[in-house]
Amino acid sequence: MNSKEITTQISKAADFLNLKKWDYGASFSNDYSVQVDKGEAKQLKATQKQILTLRVWNESNLVGITTTSDISESGIKKALNQANNASDFGNNNERTDFSPLAKDPIEVKDEKKRNPVGIKKLLTILREAEVKLLESHESIKSVPYNGLSESFYERVYANSDGAFRSYTKSQAALYLYARAEEKNKKPRSSGSVKLGYGVEDIDIDSCIKDASYKTISHLNYSSIKTDKYLICFSPESFLTIINAFSSMFNARSILDGVSLSNKNSIGEKLSTEALNIYDDGLHEKNISSSPFDGEGTPTKRLCLINKGRIENFIHSESTARIFKTIPTGHAGLGSKVSVSPDWIVVEKSKENSDLKISLDHSTYEGEFVYIEELNAIHAGVRASQGSFSLPFDGWLYKNGKKISIESATVAGDIKYLLKNIVNIESSQEVTTSGISPHIWVDELSITGDA
Amino acid sequence: MLSSQIKSNEIVFGSCNKDLLEEIIFYGIGLGADFVEIFIENTDNSSVLAEEDFITSVSPSFGRGAGIRIFKEKKDGFVSTNDLTKNGLMRSVSQAIEMLDIKNHKKGEAFNGLNEHRDYSLSKKKWINEVPTIHEISEKLLVSTMSLKKNNKIITRKGSYSRNLQEVIIASSDGTYVSDIRLHQTVGLNVIASDAQYRSSGSRRFGSSGLPNEFRLWDHEKAANEVFESSMNMLYADYVDAGQMPVVLANKFGGVIFHEACGHLLETTQIERGTTPFENKLNERIAHESVTAIDEGISEGSFGSLSVDDEGMEPEKSVLIKNGILKKFISDRAGELRTGHKRTGSGRRQNYSFAAASRMRNTYIAKGEHSKEDLINSISDGLYCKSMGGGSVGATGQFNFAVEEGYLIKNGKLTNPVKGATLIGEAKEVMPKISMCGNDLELAPGFCGSISGSVNVTVGQPHIKVDSITVGGR
Repeated sequence: MNSKEITTQISKAADFLNLKKWDYGASFSNDYSVQVDKGEAKQLKATQKQILTLRVWNESNLVGITTTSDISESGIKKALNQANNASDFGNNNERTDFSPLAKDPIEVKDEKKRNPVGIKKLLTILREAEVKLLESHESIKSVPYNGLSESFYERVYANSDGAFRSYTKSQAALYLYARAEEKNKKPRSSGSVKLGYGVEDIDIDSCIKDASYKTISHLNYSSIKTDKYLICFSPESFLTIINAFSSMFNARSILDGVSLSNKNSIGEKLSTEALNIYDDGLHEKNISSSPFDGEGTPTKRLCLINKGRIENFIHSESTARIFKTIPTGHAGLGSKVSVSPDWIVVEKSKENSDLKISLDHSTYEGEFVYIEELNAIHAGVRASQGSFSLPFDGWLYKNGKKISIESATVAGDIKYLLKNIVNIESSQEVTTSGISPHIWVDELSITGDA
Repeated sequence: MLSSQIKSNEIVFGSCNKDLLEEIIFYGIGLGADFVEIFIENTDNSSVLAEEDFITSVSPSFGRGAGIRIFKEKKDGFVSTNDLTKNGLMRSVSQAIEMLDIKNHKKGEAFNGLNEHRDYSLSKKKWINEVPTIHEISEKLLVSTMSLKKNNKIITRKGSYSRNLQEVIIASSDGTYVSDIRLHQTVGLNVIASDAQYRSSGSRRFGSSGLPNEFRLWDHEKAANEVFESSMNMLYADYVDAGQMPVVLANKFGGVIFHEACGHLLETTQIERGTTPFENKLNERIAHESVTAIDEGISEGSFGSLSVDDEGMEPEKSVLIKNGILKKFISDRAGELRTGHKRTGSGRRQNYSFAAASRMRNTYIAKGEHSKEDLINSISDGLYCKSMGGGSVGATGQFNFAVEEGYLIKNGKLTNPVKGATLIGEAKEVMPKISMCGNDLELAPGFCGSISGSVNVTVGQPHIKVDSITVGGR
């Protein structure tokens, strides 16, 4: 069945079961991936998958939900029945409804969809990439984590009120994580990930170069003394921190009491006036962009921080209703609808006279710690408390030299971090999770074992 | 040859699918595969969330799918699909064969048919009727979250329950033909406490495999008291000062340190990648002589226990480290093929869309002879980690763990609570520093995410002392 046929099937089954109000979200995908080990194919994988999430509203207007991979006629009937049964336990205190924007026009960019290149071609490309990475430096002994994949998928949202929207998309990903070893030194490992609409869009040489450079540049390492340091966050690491604490902008988290913000936090000053942060799921550089969210609300660019102050929260239909605003296109589809950011864009505002512009990661000659990549986010972030303690890969710049830091953590508080931003560099870099310039923060604690 | 015996053109759970499975395997072997494995599952899951004094989410789900794995020499092709018809499964086999570029078709003599059906599900079919209903679950969760309402500093109370019922059929060209039903139930309580600028959180999770009555027997009052006390103890805690120091790790979930720091490095997938420092250390000392470590899948009711692994092998009790000496790796079929280490009944996967890999089950450090007090009394200046958060291990063996509830040790006594601590180290450096093991081994459930998805595991240990470790703080 295609998505139109599924919608018809659900509509018929709902009529038969006397269910007047329903909606669904579905995903149909075909994924292909390869891994190699020293020139040999290791695992080749193909996945065909379909997921259907159905919601129904009962006579008391309470919602129930079911998720299934069985989209046969009987599977759909079973799912509707289960969802109807689950609606007996629907949340009477916070009602869910269709998004008022579920029929608004959306922008679907199908022109960037690519055709599959096939497993054999994926394998050939990855083998060549592995060889090139191994040959890029004598200390690189293996590429233990590697993969090249391509995905083709369709996402659908429809409801009993006549909303129907879908889009199809392709996406490819290459990751290369190399391991370098030198005598009497600990092995070092680092890597790179590149995304594209198709394999032909991925800059493979750049991925190899990045993985090689990152790995080799950490070969000469040293411990760092535990102290407070001036920090320069790479674009990737700053976006990691912002995403980890995105509950500050999340209306669902606010209502659940797990956010540092509250309903009255709009306008609260968090940072220097020089900081702007947007969520921009439709940004042209966002390979994974989706034109609508789980409730069918169109995706749009939303300002989260404007000149250092909280400007907007991200919303689902129900949180928007409670906050007396409109949904922002950030909802999932669930019994309790989750809300999450799409693609963060960090930039310097025009109000930037308080910044220390001499702090530039490529020219600054004073002592500072450069944080290239933050690790173990799930273990080291306490979003509801605002604290973090995270291991990182990075360098200590001192006396005109840079040396890789052997093993260390950076710890602090997100509000302290944002308040202590002392420079936002001008040049932005595109990463897999958003866009950001380098960000400088004064006085964060680093724990090392020197 | 076998087609005349086919009775059904689709996999039917609860029925004999032997003829259909044999035909599909025969087809794959005939196309030139060295080995064919079919994993089929049917799931029926439910989750319930209680927040404050209301049920805010009930989420049932169900699904079916198959994962087909073909080996040719040491490489493998894996295809997963929701199509359980004969044609769909045949198409998946063809796709895997094509991916592996197998061209030397043969007659399929290497496959002699499936062995007698080993049906582990016979006594478990009643489970679906014995597990608590959504109504029962909701009532108990609400009582549990009410139990957390102990003072006005508790600003958020949550209780969550999840039940996964998985019916599996596993068949492969070595004759394996197995059916099983797995039941996992887990329940968790979480609170956030707040007072002026101070904030803390507390959480506990409980879980079991099999045992449909376990949720009914769960002592929610005891759990609520533990979570509440933890959050209150940590509410006004100062941040820990960073540095190198001796630590005592509590029992139960303290075992996550061994799971992350060492256990993953003893999976054959790490040997295949060349990312474990223990690869050539079999029968050599890798830990302090006080350390004996075990991985097994047989403890009744434990979250990581299973009657049969996802490759059709009964799980064994594997002594990984005996008195500090490395004795065994955790291995699956691909691990045995590629590294030579015998399978241990540890081939596991999240669901049909993942190929099985060598994964831990119930993994713990065996009990020693000391009391908890012996360990703490032996430290003049250090940290007691009463409750651990999550952790991870990097590509070069570096690990880190968040300490959820910590206390300073001064002159052999527990003193002030501290927050923000992270334990950082490398397995091969830390394992020799576990110098004392307590006599109070206990296990705790958890979820482990790795190459073959998220699987249910148990971690565990008695109280242990690590002579020196880096503690990240402020």
